[in-house]
Amino acid sequence: MTTKNIMIVGVGGQGTLLTSRILGGITIHAGYDVKLSEVHGMAQRGGSVVTFVRYGEKVAEPIVEEGQADVLIAFERLEALRYAHYLKKDGVLICNDQRIDPMPVVIGAAAYPENILETLQSKHKVIAIDAMNIAKELGNARTFNIVVLGVAAQHMDFSKEDWLTVIEKLVPTKTIEINKKAFETGFALQSAEAERR
Amino acid sequence: MSDKVIMLGNEAIARGAYEAGVKVSAAYPGTPSTEISENIVKYKEIYSEWSPNEKVAMEVAIGASISGVRALASMKHVGVNVASDPLYTVSYIGANGGLVLAAADDPGLYSSQNEQDTRAVARAAKVPVLEPSDSSEAKEFTKIAFELSERYDTPVIIRLTTRLSHSQGLVELQDRNEIPDKPYVKDIAKNVMMPGNAVKRHLYVEDRENKMAVDGCSMTINKAEYNDKKIGIITAGIPYQYVKEALPEASVLKLGMVNPLPRKLIEEFAAKVETLYIVEELDPIIEEQVKSWGIAATGKEIFTVQGEYSANLLRKAILKQELDIEPAAAAPMRPPILCPGCPHRSTFHVLNKLKIHAAGDIGCYTLGAVAPLSVIDTTICMGASISSLHGIEKAKGKEFIKDWVAVIGDSTFMHTGINSLINAVYNQGTGTTLILDNSTTGMTGHQDNAVTGKTLMGETVPAIDLTTLCKALGIKNVITVDAFDTAKLEAVIREEVARDEISVVIVKAPCVLLDKKAVTTQYKIDTAVCTKCGMCMKPGCPAITRKADKSVLINDTMCNGCGLCAQICKFGAIKRIEAK
Repeated sequence: MTTKNIMIVGVGGQGTLLTSRILGGITIHAGYDVKLSEVHGMAQRGGSVVTFVRYGEKVAEPIVEEGQADVLIAFERLEALRYAHYLKKDGVLICNDQRIDPMPVVIGAAAYPENILETLQSKHKVIAIDAMNIAKELGNARTFNIVVLGVAAQHMDFSKEDWLTVIEKLVPTKTIEINKKAFETGFALQSAEAERR
Repeated sequence: MSDKVIMLGNEAIARGAYEAGVKVSAAYPGTPSTEISENIVKYKEIYSEWSPNEKVAMEVAIGASISGVRALASMKHVGVNVASDPLYTVSYIGANGGLVLAAADDPGLYSSQNEQDTRAVARAAKVPVLEPSDSSEAKEFTKIAFELSERYDTPVIIRLTTRLSHSQGLVELQDRNEIPDKPYVKDIAKNVMMPGNAVKRHLYVEDRENKMAVDGCSMTINKAEYNDKKIGIITAGIPYQYVKEALPEASVLKLGMVNPLPRKLIEEFAAKVETLYIVEELDPIIEEQVKSWGIAATGKEIFTVQGEYSANLLRKAILKQELDIEPAAAAPMRPPILCPGCPHRSTFHVLNKLKIHAAGDIGCYTLGAVAPLSVIDTTICMGASISSLHGIEKAKGKEFIKDWVAVIGDSTFMHTGINSLINAVYNQGTGTTLILDNSTTGMTGHQDNAVTGKTLMGETVPAIDLTTLCKALGIKNVITVDAFDTAKLEAVIREEVARDEISVVIVKAPCVLLDKKAVTTQYKIDTAVCTKCGMCMKPGCPAITRKADKSVLINDTMCNGCGLCAQICKFGAIKRIEAK
């Protein structure tokens, strides 16, 4: 198979590292070669963060470049907009429909772009989900990223059972059940329902 | 035992050190090198520590090596500057037990104050450098580095970059090789670097470099991969992966050892290919040497000395490909910011209100430079806040710094700030230093240090008391204030900057991320009372946002309950609630 390129983008502190760890875990579980690239340090303090995951028979570079992403997982709308040009022409954007104002917007030096999802929908396949509310209903708002991952998993080639096995291995013991529930909820969300948000 | 696991580049360095039989590891945290020590500590066979700074860490490793065990020091590129004093001389001393320095460069400046290239330091210090290109090599090269260190009686540098340190890839695990300790032998000709001894060791160093350059031609980590010979590329490290991605048909000379260069091997490769390119991130270290030998090659003429490379960059520069890439959308920037509930925000809010300039330092609080806090005037390197303020005073007089302070974190103060404070006392400075004591080394992800009372290996030890330490220097005015007591902080700062004597204000409150369970309260806007004046927005807390109708909202998934906004609100419109 050709190498598959996944990106996770969001705001530092949103839990991109745990999500990428699970993604890395599932690719190894399936026997692929894999490379992941993360951002540590300063950007994790509320900055724009991006993680690359590439898997296939043999992976060389650890980064996904512009125009190459098969799946772009965005935990925040503005970050989806910032990185949308990394998508392949037939790539899919999974976007958590949340807005977090960056400091230039907070202090009035810049405006948060309007209608981001509509703009992106005109160019790409976009699936938007209100994962924060779904996760709150499930009982733990912090698992919203796993709900998003569940939706994204519909666009990858691994079985639900394999995902659940890997999640069980990689999340803290106390949160296994809630994370599995979050994943299953995302995985079961019908695309139409997801797109309607 | 053979088992493939996924590892960060840094984690693989730690594993390599473990498998190589390393017994001592010392480091000071610094992105992108920190996770090396954070993973080494998992191996109980290795003694590991956070030292107060990189010079000390390097010297601890040198001592261990002289005594006869394998030792590792790790640090970021700018840490190598701090460690360069021992590094340049241990190049002469060499190694008894293998001695390796893992140094992580930061092309693209993800989390650093400059973009320097460690290979330039290594050339000047005449220390060999290995450069791995993925996690698997990071582990293997670490083991090879220890072997080379002992075989050639030299310290060896493993050069990493952010992309390698923070990428994960598959690594095959092997067992630890329990290397028997070498005996300690008193050898002053080798270990006491006074002029008469050093002059002889310098001869040895020059011979060693020449010998390694020759031997490097047959080392398996330097390998020519011949393919289509129209294009030949010399490369090393992470850029090798970009070469394989963009030009899978090209012939490649992959250098595992980038200092000293295997000249014969390079000359042979250059003679066999039509057009030679040199692909290396940051400075033209390989390129300038190769060109100085009269070999025609293309390098920085078409590439760059800044930032990271990529396969697309090579496709454009070498293959002249027009890439069909959609331009990036216009989106407001999202720079890093202080977290909600960060004690530094409270301190900077007060400084901003008092219109005070701050000579800054390296840590999360560097973010106090950006709007809306806009307090920090200078940031140079670790420990420079206190000494640069002293320089400003000596240049412009003590009246000039009546609206200045130095701000420095607890860990950075212990790193090198203490030297600057000693200098200010000794040379009769009158400046005010704010030690922002948040009980941790924050920016790098919460490492302990000498004032936290815990070691890397988890032992509880007596914490160095900052007040006692500062008083011991002879400073009379040492005051501790809670970072969130803004009224008192304001009064103390006013008084201390006005004083014609040196003062230290210890501004204390733990980093809010240290114990999120301690967050038991949050704050909420009482919309019936709120006048929408926007004062609470002034400190730039990311948990507070404003809607189009100017009404203010505190995000309950972000608020960490510090209460700074409630202290600022003149109308009592911000109410304390129980945390969700």
